[in-house]
Amino acid sequence: MTIAIAGVAESDLGAAAPGTTALDLMGQASARALADCGLAPAEVDGLFAASTQLPMATLSLGEYLGIRPRCSDATQVGGSSFVAHLAHAAAAIGAGLCDVGLIAYGSTQRLVGRSSASVQERDPYEAPYAPLLPVSAYALAAARHMHEFGTTREQLAEVAVSARAWANSNPKAFKRGPLGIDDVLAAPMISSPLGLRDCCLVTDGGAAAVVCSAERARALARPPVAVLGVGEAQSHRHISSMPDLVRTAAADSGARAFARAGLGPGDVDVLQLYDAFTITPILFLEDLGFCAKGEGGAFVEGGRTAPGGPVPMNTNGGGLSYQHPGMYGLLAIVEAVRQLRGESGDRQVAGAEVALVHGDGGVLSSQCTALLGGPATF
Amino acid sequence: MSASPAERFAAGCRAGRLDYQWDPVAGRAVFYPRLVPDGLQWRTSAGLGTVHSTTTVHVRGEPPRNVALIDLDEGFRMMSRVRGLEPDDVRIGLRVRVAFEDGVPVFEAAP
Repeated sequence: MTIAIAGVAESDLGAAAPGTTALDLMGQASARALADCGLAPAEVDGLFAASTQLPMATLSLGEYLGIRPRCSDATQVGGSSFVAHLAHAAAAIGAGLCDVGLIAYGSTQRLVGRSSASVQERDPYEAPYAPLLPVSAYALAAARHMHEFGTTREQLAEVAVSARAWANSNPKAFKRGPLGIDDVLAAPMISSPLGLRDCCLVTDGGAAAVVCSAERARALARPPVAVLGVGEAQSHRHISSMPDLVRTAAADSGARAFARAGLGPGDVDVLQLYDAFTITPILFLEDLGFCAKGEGGAFVEGGRTAPGGPVPMNTNGGGLSYQHPGMYGLLAIVEAVRQLRGESGDRQVAGAEVALVHGDGGVLSSQCTALLGGPATF
Repeated sequence: MSASPAERFAAGCRAGRLDYQWDPVAGRAVFYPRLVPDGLQWRTSAGLGTVHSTTTVHVRGEPPRNVALIDLDEGFRMMSRVRGLEPDDVRIGLRVRVAFEDGVPVFEAAP
């Protein structure tokens, strides 16, 4: 059975009004995604949700929307959770556990502060050294990548500059305006080699996606987007236990997704790679097979992933310039769907038929990859 | 109940030892300490290692500080801090040896 994404939406994005809850934004995004495809809440019978602020996210979401699902999954593997939910929703629909799955996310991380929104468990072997998590973990990977392959801070900055250029075509982007490599390098250092502009935004927001059989999706309001293949992988929880700081489990999740879709990197028209930090898309371009290991820095040079470049990446402006409400993965799915529907306006990639969405969770810990297809791929 | 691996490790540190576990079946060092698999053996590291990666953490109002991943010669990796150098002068590949600050293992450049 082919599974499709029938509806997508963002909640209000940016800075939430005082008192707004993560559940408010999750519910708002959900209602909008259902309206996008013309389904009523009562037609949803599967809930898939996660939020660091909602430990029992599917219970909260069902209560808020008045849905009593017969299937639910609150898998929480960080920012990649929603790509995992897509795999689980597709499997659940295929197995008859539900017919219409709603995947949802919400966060008020900017409003309530990162330390209260994303509580990290205390690890007795890392806590004494007070790393700034998650940024220090990504910094340790970036430093190692620079050491092994000669990657430069300028190459890291290219990722942020590319994201900003896309954001400048997205009215919903939190950060707009000119940003050059020198601006990224001159920003205050946070955890070397990563400075402020190498780090994702902290915003409030949510997103949602409605998933069902392709047959059912075709009868709904919007052009369906095919779930061609999803792959999941994980390799560690703590950065000190990551088997290899410059090789992520995206190599596994990507290979699984490509195999299920019967596609390869050369078939992909547009990429949404989780850019929590500028090092992450560089690692994922390598591990997903878009360039050789160690060549990711050179690969992004010269605006190759920016508007007009040969490898359109993070076309909404990404977590670096568009929005990053605590976890970003579902917003990456929303943008991929819009690109495949041809709804991305000034930032539309012409003729986009296959999109790759890659989610990263924890500290490069969880990796989930999805290949999505436009109308011609059914 | 079994004894806590973290408490056993901390007790070693308080006594000036950097202890780790050895898995005789897999033939490899294990860190952080665990309850399983059965048969894990406690060993004491010579405390010599190499900086695998390093970052300088900047927090407003505080002096910059080092956070590093250290590869011990016995074949395990741990997070720690290198002291005695400016944080930005800590380099990948630097040889280091363990020292203890209030029972917490830190590292300094090996002579």
